[in-house]
Amino acid sequence: MHLSTPMPTSDTPSADRVRRELAPTASERTPAQAIATAVEFRGFSAWYGAHQVLNLVDLTIAANRVCAFIGPSGCGKSTLLRWMNRMNDSIQGARASGGLSLHGLDLLGSALDVVDLRRRVGMVFQKPNPFPKSIFDNVAFGPRLHRTYSRTDLEELVEQSLRASALWDEVKDRLHRSALGLSGGQQQRLCIARAIAVDPEVLLMDEPCSALDPRSTASIEELIRELRETYTIVIVTHNMQQASRVSDTTAFFDEGRLVETGETDALFTTPRERRTEDYVSGRFG
Amino acid sequence: MSVGVAIPVARRTRNDRLLWVACLGATTLAVAVLSALLIAVFLQGVSSLDWHFLSSYASRKAANAGILAPLMGSLWVCTLCGAISIPIGIATAIYLEEYAPKSRLRSFVQLNISNLSGVPSIVYGILGLAAFGRCFGVLSSDEPLALGSPDSIFFIQLPLGRGILAGALTLSLVILPIMIIAAQEALRTVPKSLRHAALALGATKWQVVRRVTLPAALPTMMTGAILSMSRAIGEAAPLLVIGGVLLLFSVPENLMSDFTVLPLQIYNWAGRPQEEFHRIAAGAIIVQLALLLLFNSVAVLIRQKLQRPLQ
Repeated sequence: MHLSTPMPTSDTPSADRVRRELAPTASERTPAQAIATAVEFRGFSAWYGAHQVLNLVDLTIAANRVCAFIGPSGCGKSTLLRWMNRMNDSIQGARASGGLSLHGLDLLGSALDVVDLRRRVGMVFQKPNPFPKSIFDNVAFGPRLHRTYSRTDLEELVEQSLRASALWDEVKDRLHRSALGLSGGQQQRLCIARAIAVDPEVLLMDEPCSALDPRSTASIEELIRELRETYTIVIVTHNMQQASRVSDTTAFFDEGRLVETGETDALFTTPRERRTEDYVSGRFG
Repeated sequence: MSVGVAIPVARRTRNDRLLWVACLGATTLAVAVLSALLIAVFLQGVSSLDWHFLSSYASRKAANAGILAPLMGSLWVCTLCGAISIPIGIATAIYLEEYAPKSRLRSFVQLNISNLSGVPSIVYGILGLAAFGRCFGVLSSDEPLALGSPDSIFFIQLPLGRGILAGALTLSLVILPIMIIAAQEALRTVPKSLRHAALALGATKWQVVRRVTLPAALPTMMTGAILSMSRAIGEAAPLLVIGGVLLLFSVPENLMSDFTVLPLQIYNWAGRPQEEFHRIAAGAIIVQLALLLLFNSVAVLIRQKLQRPLQ
């Protein structure tokens, strides 16, 4: 099952190029762009010890789009997310079989450099988890792990990242104060700034708004829509409205299986599967 | 429409008050006993405190006796002991908490560390004497293997014999279990979410430890170090086995020098029948307490310096 369904091809290549420079939205993309695959699962299964969490998942996640994973608790969507940056490595007994690749790179191979993978695949967690350091040091943390920077380069990088996460104007006067003094929503945007400071290709978000109030949630959702110009975003969410607001494609999971996937609009209005319809209309889960 | 029988507010208030009185009573009792002890020692010993007392060696006459040798011995042994046990303790805790896989071996090691913290220190003294002092008899004590020049303070000869280094290593054995457990507790207080955040940014395990876990845990670790060092400063029994020098007329020159420490000197003086020796023993206790406060305040200063950027 591919997430990328064909779209109208009325645009000429040249018109497309112009549009791309003007930052195209997902609905304006041509098939050639949409088909660019970021992450691909093929017959992917995962276990924690003897307990199977995911069962033969086939899923393609398109580059530079927002893909939402929805489904009831325990359906395996977070596990799937955490395999994309191998955060499951730290859990004893976690294993997987089948195929999982990022731009053709085998993510399950023993030769994989996990440290490099995590630079390419960033992650934002459920609860904002800034380090007990200054705002500046939080954003500079990732870059400093991988390279040495001159002070001015680092300052520029921090500013860019904070601007990209729409936090710069709020914190520019207190960059060297503790990040723990920020509000929950600001902390989560700081965590996003921290994740994009290492220039990842994919950004994984595990229920990034579940600990936030509605206004902070709105600002994060707006940010997600802006960020998809630059990054491939995968977001796990329990909030149907959020999935429909921010995502281009949606994948619905239940009991470790991928039930249905497709364009978000289509999946929410005319789901093919009965279970999907029951879930998105709030009849279970 | 509530289920159950209401507990009268008056009874709850009374219980609340009773507990408050009980806790206050316990605290007062502890503080009172300690104060009585300190005041008694102070009144008895303050008269013997003068420069002569601090700068003279022991003597058969109480009036001439001083604590120069044990004071310098305590300083040497405790500084060395801290320098040895704090890094080893923190490193062990990091290994057990951050690196060691959850296995039976790890549980076994963990259990034994907990048990070792309860072993009487005299047992460590005997172990230290055998292991460090005599190298289990593998090396001859008559013809020790010398490393470096005797003029250097870092002069070492094997076996270590009854020198300062043997004493410091033995004291390190005594406090290592406490150090390790305290450092482990400190590491456990660092939220997992911070480790995950760093790992997800592509940090290696060492980078996570070095840049996130250790800085966050260090202030709490210093508290553990303070408690361990206080124990080390006060130990007499293991050093009695190792050094056992009760009358010493020299200050340490290098790691192999004979030594004595304040608790040993106090033990020696307090055990004599003459009243004058009890007075100078009290004087030595005051110096010992001052030394303890000095070590602790250094640790508190370090802790505060570390804590500031985290606030």
